[in-house]
Amino acid sequence: MLKQASTVGARNGRPRTISAGQQALKWISPAGIVLIFVFGYSLISLFTQSFRYDGKWVAFENFTLVLTDPLFQTALKHNFYLLFTVPVMVFLAFLLAVTLFETRRGMSFYRAAVFLPYVLPIPVVAVVFGQIYQLRGALNIFLTAIGLDGFAQDWLGEPKIALGTMASVILWKEVGFGVILLLAHIISLPSEVFEASRIDGAGFFRVHWSITRPQIMNTIVFFSVIEAITMVSWVFNYVYVMSNGLGGPGDSTLVSELYIYRSAFSNKAPELAAAAAVCLFLCTLLLVVAFFRIQRRSISGTFGR
Amino acid sequence: MSITRSGIHGSLLGGASRYLLLTFMAATALIPGYIMFVGAFKTQADFLNSPYGIPASLSFGGFRSAWTDKFPQWLINSFVITTGSVVVSVFIASLAAWGFAHFPFKGRETVLGVTVSLMVVPPVVLLIPLFQVGVHLGLISTLRLVIIIYVGLMLPFSIYMLTNYFKSIPNSILESASVDGASPLRIFSSIVIPLSGAPLITLGVVNLLWAWNELLLALVFLQSNEKRTLMVGITGFQSRYSLDIPTVMAGMSIATLPLVVAYLFGQRFFIAGLTAGSVKGE
Repeated sequence: MLKQASTVGARNGRPRTISAGQQALKWISPAGIVLIFVFGYSLISLFTQSFRYDGKWVAFENFTLVLTDPLFQTALKHNFYLLFTVPVMVFLAFLLAVTLFETRRGMSFYRAAVFLPYVLPIPVVAVVFGQIYQLRGALNIFLTAIGLDGFAQDWLGEPKIALGTMASVILWKEVGFGVILLLAHIISLPSEVFEASRIDGAGFFRVHWSITRPQIMNTIVFFSVIEAITMVSWVFNYVYVMSNGLGGPGDSTLVSELYIYRSAFSNKAPELAAAAAVCLFLCTLLLVVAFFRIQRRSISGTFGR
Repeated sequence: MSITRSGIHGSLLGGASRYLLLTFMAATALIPGYIMFVGAFKTQADFLNSPYGIPASLSFGGFRSAWTDKFPQWLINSFVITTGSVVVSVFIASLAAWGFAHFPFKGRETVLGVTVSLMVVPPVVLLIPLFQVGVHLGLISTLRLVIIIYVGLMLPFSIYMLTNYFKSIPNSILESASVDGASPLRIFSSIVIPLSGAPLITLGVVNLLWAWNELLLALVFLQSNEKRTLMVGITGFQSRYSLDIPTVMAGMSIATLPLVVAYLFGQRFFIAGLTAGSVKGE
């Protein structure tokens, strides 16, 4: 595909003696080699392993074992629950981005503050929140002080709410990234967009909801997709640190990444881990495809490069 | 930024509630960092007395006990891995992005689309095959292998962002150069790169944050204690020093400091860089 000749370089209109494909190949190949090693080789090897046991072909046996494992089902269910954090996160990011956009006095302070969680290392965040959410941690002290001691909980020790607590930490950390992305896009919009609505005297939030939101829809979608993928496949750091690598209490915060990690390295069953990894990979693909399907139907044409 | 600062101004009440919201959010965002930072300067007794107040007297005991053992080595490892992977990824991503942006070869959109879509591949999926390769080649517990893997994982987003930016450079600028007979290499190094300061720095900072904070791969690929990164090291702190919170907090503070510096340095480029790259050019 790369070697097909195209004699005219459309970018600068100069006829080429060497084909554009060959030229491009020179520039792209260093990155290409790394990508083929890290992604290409790994994915192929992963797929072949998931159908083998001890080097022998076993068809779908690994998949049957993994998919009927209640632990893996629990892990996938938890990843699915975490997805419900995404709409909350996107809404919060939008609210904060437009509020920051409207703020003049102290804007740079507030902006830096809101972005800070995005910068902090996840292990650090997880350990500090581990302290805050303890039975005698900052949150319960605060709740007691304002007379809400009825709400005080063992936030990370109670299996029913541990996953929710974990989700709140992820939300806290990730929302800043959305604010950066959305704010950057809002600032780049032409100011006439806002002028017109200001004359009409429309209210602050309504203006942004009905005028700004459609304008930045592609960035909102981009952020939503990134975060949905994060929830399904990139929460290992939080869970590993906050539950000391166990996914506890019980298996209340077990997620698929931790399951794969444990199958491969604690239980020494790389074939099962490979099958689970293939399932996780297919889930992410499904998620992305579904997302763009829905998106294309509701706002046809606004997302596309 | 001042272009659209005219904004929309609601009632006075609207203004007040906006500040209330911002102040609440800022406090929520800052409190954990505050707890970590003041905790680092307390003694364990101080901490138990008043975990969240201003320390009665500054104690550096936490830092002293954190800065022992392999801590300095872990810090160096993190520096080497982060610097190496950021420099290599930004460099080869900008070469590739120029290849995609400048040469309209057949199948370009497909190749670019496949490259960018690799962003959605979960790193844990690559873990097992890469680990087996590492064992096979005897590269487990070497910084080299981790740097290569980090570069690979950072490339799809890097290429995506830079290609979008390079495509947005006005054709007229490039045309005048090629009329003068400048080669693609020449155009790239003397026009494109100097024009791309903000996106390159933004990308550098984004990749730096990612590499410095990465835990899963570092945990698996760097098994010997001397080769650990700071993140893996301090994750172990929590259970090792569970009765000495100031030491944990001090270790965490040291681990966070380089990021805060990088962030404050990169911050003014952030908005410009993200506007130019990943958001614009749709």
